[in-house]
Amino acid sequence: MISRQEVEYVAHLARLEIDDAHKDKFTAQLNDILLYIDKLNELDTKGIEPLSHAIAVTNAFREDGVLDSLGTAEALANAPDARGEFFRVPKVIE
Amino acid sequence: MELNQLTIHELQEKIKNGAVSAGQITESVFQRIDKVEKRVHSYIRLLKDEALAAAEKADNDIKKGNIKPLTGIPVALKDIVCTKGITTTCGSHILHNFVPPYNATVVERLSDAGAVFVGKANMDEFAMGSSTETSYFGPTYNPWDLTRIPGGSSGGSATAVAADECIASIGSDTGGSIRQPAALCGVVGMKPTYGRVSRFGLIAFASSLDQIGPFTKDVEDCAIMMNVLAGYDPRESTSVQAAVPDYRQFAGRDIKGWKIGIPREYFIEGINPEVEAAVKKAIALLEKQGAECINISLPHTEYCLAVYYIIAPAEASSNLARFDGVKYGLRAAAARDLLDMYKKTRTQGFGNEVKRRIMIGTYALSAGYYDAYYKKASQVRALIKRDFDEALKKCDVILTPTTPTPAFKIGEKTDNPLQMYLSDLFTISTNLAGIPGISVPCGFTAGGLPIGMQFLAGHFAEDKLIQIASAYERTAGMEKRRPQL
Repeated sequence: MISRQEVEYVAHLARLEIDDAHKDKFTAQLNDILLYIDKLNELDTKGIEPLSHAIAVTNAFREDGVLDSLGTAEALANAPDARGEFFRVPKVIE
Repeated sequence: MELNQLTIHELQEKIKNGAVSAGQITESVFQRIDKVEKRVHSYIRLLKDEALAAAEKADNDIKKGNIKPLTGIPVALKDIVCTKGITTTCGSHILHNFVPPYNATVVERLSDAGAVFVGKANMDEFAMGSSTETSYFGPTYNPWDLTRIPGGSSGGSATAVAADECIASIGSDTGGSIRQPAALCGVVGMKPTYGRVSRFGLIAFASSLDQIGPFTKDVEDCAIMMNVLAGYDPRESTSVQAAVPDYRQFAGRDIKGWKIGIPREYFIEGINPEVEAAVKKAIALLEKQGAECINISLPHTEYCLAVYYIIAPAEASSNLARFDGVKYGLRAAAARDLLDMYKKTRTQGFGNEVKRRIMIGTYALSAGYYDAYYKKASQVRALIKRDFDEALKKCDVILTPTTPTPAFKIGEKTDNPLQMYLSDLFTISTNLAGIPGISVPCGFTAGGLPIGMQFLAGHFAEDKLIQIASAYERTAGMEKRRPQL
């Protein structure tokens, strides 16, 4: 079971804020889902290799050649706040 | 019949013999949109000026005799594929103002084939949902009954085809998001094999499951679209270098001697009796055409949903970490510092379903829980894939209902996430195993709601799906019913 405190901690890890009014409802919904997922423990999976991709994928290498890239102006075009050649953000340290 | 009601292959004939122009086809689509879009809400954004310009260019090409597979054909794009210079929202507030600097590969391929883009179709936010109710831009309504959901997450792509607001459309399918709305709206929808269609420019949800595919009015059109979409792309690292056949030549072949596997786990208690009856009727019809239906078992079916709701949120929590208010999209105002800006932006920018899934995924991947959740789910995923590998040794294709029930009411499941997830019960296993699937209409309920069934095949066997789905469609003689709007 996931507690209200754990919900707060996970929200912090995910860079989210859950307001107090929704915290209980969210905790209950997450518990419903996690309880359902516990079904997987009915299965013995000892020694089974985990499957991350259904198709055998290997690293897709290419020659290290110089190709066209986006360019600064286009890369910054969607920025909520840009100055010069940089993305501008609120202060990082005190 | 109006032009907007016709199929790609019917319109191609008319274009080739000079009976209609691309301009006329596009006009007829936008006339239909003017009439019904307010009630259906298939689109987040319409591209009328761009479409008319593209149709004019198509008409010039036609005059020169330069007719490509989709020349002059109006196509809708789910708002999850990036379109250069055209806002792409993914159904989210956090991307409400995002203008991509490049096109997705599928957009380039469709454009190169002559397609005319009608608009960006509505969808569940970040493709997380089964009803198109989580879109920041409001829900889409099922054209067959406007009080019901169209399915999701590609709901707008499905309704645009069903309501004749385009000729074909593009969706994406992570756990059923093409096949489920196709079934609930009475159109054809295909999820290709993982790796068959490039996802370059697709806004990622769950990278080991996502795949792009078409919605069409019939199976031959699905083959035409797949001919354009399928193929290797060096810009997409999971794109597979496998030969692509001409899918169209498989439409029209017979299925004598084929073995069709019917998995008993998909005919369970709780399945709507009208859905079950329609699929059983289709089975009898396929047998009459010389196919043999055999009982098979996919023993780990009951675990698919639990596996999916670990793997998809885990991958989503990682993929959606990029939305932080720095490089594009929404940025919350009045933040104390960088961390506060991240949190406020993501809290204001994401809807509740997206937050729930990010939370589940973050929890499942957090220190101490990885083995219990993600690793366990990936091991069970291996067992699910093995089930399909074994079953497909005994049969050419597998046949199941696409959904356990017809379309449900708007608002019916929004407060109960788990109930909502259960509507994807029959489609999720396909994505976990990476195999292709196609949903085709197979009847209506007494109340007039469409019913769909799906065929599944082995990796890269889309040709088999086209062959059997078209064989069924041809002989089922399904009445050409259209929604009354």
